[in-house]
Amino acid sequence: MTRDDGTLQRTRRRFLLETAALAGATGIVLPLAVEQSSATPASMHAAIRNVVGEAPLKKGKVKIDVPALIENGNAVPLTVSCESPMTQDDHVKAIHVFTEKNPQPDVVSAHLGPRAGRARLSTRVRLADTQTVLAIAQLSDGSFWSDSAEVVVTLSACLEEGLI
Amino acid sequence: MPRAIVNVPSQAKRGEIIEIKTLAAHPMETGFRRTQLGELIPRDIIRRFVCTYNGAEVFRVDLHPAMAANPLIAFTTVATESGTIAFQWAGDNGYAVTESASIRVE
Repeated sequence: MTRDDGTLQRTRRRFLLETAALAGATGIVLPLAVEQSSATPASMHAAIRNVVGEAPLKKGKVKIDVPALIENGNAVPLTVSCESPMTQDDHVKAIHVFTEKNPQPDVVSAHLGPRAGRARLSTRVRLADTQTVLAIAQLSDGSFWSDSAEVVVTLSACLEEGLI
Repeated sequence: MPRAIVNVPSQAKRGEIIEIKTLAAHPMETGFRRTQLGELIPRDIIRRFVCTYNGAEVFRVDLHPAMAANPLIAFTTVATESGTIAFQWAGDNGYAVTESASIRVE
């Protein structure tokens, strides 16, 4: 009886140890999946500073057109337009789009000139989370204008597992 | 086989602003996704798109992993003269695709 108890104790101890080891092993794997480095508002500001430099960023002129609520973050329709006569003297030189919580803050940068006729870019982007999307237009006079939009994402992009 | 679709009006009036839509078939693998075994799937994206009108660059885009798969790029340009509007996509792993459309300007 006592011997049996001892065996039982040992098996139980071994079982607990193995369970703990297993949990430890999965514990190593799980954080890898969660640890996805994500852009933060701070890194977005750093990315913006890279583009803008020391110039002030003013609100207005640019219009960002993106749905307020999107089901699938893998393809979010996005249009950025900027009021500009698009002449040789006064035109939009570039349009940049940034996000706050994607793994990287940069999304797209378009370089245009007076030959574009209109300062407008339509595309589809990925959004990893509910977040703020920011568009910046760089004008030929060196000024920068911005607009932002809040997008609620139900199914986020980027972070799902691959099918391989 | 890499493919791309472009939509350019076949004719326009001189000085008219025309809309151009382009779509490239590409998975735009972000480089942030993992397989079920936890291995990182390497990045494979289109990094640059350039549109030239009779040889002169009119529109250029730098793409990042946050662009959706099969990236759509729609923009405008002024129809200045008859000729060819050419499109180039270039990206990781030697991805390079060109497409062109001819336009008649009156």
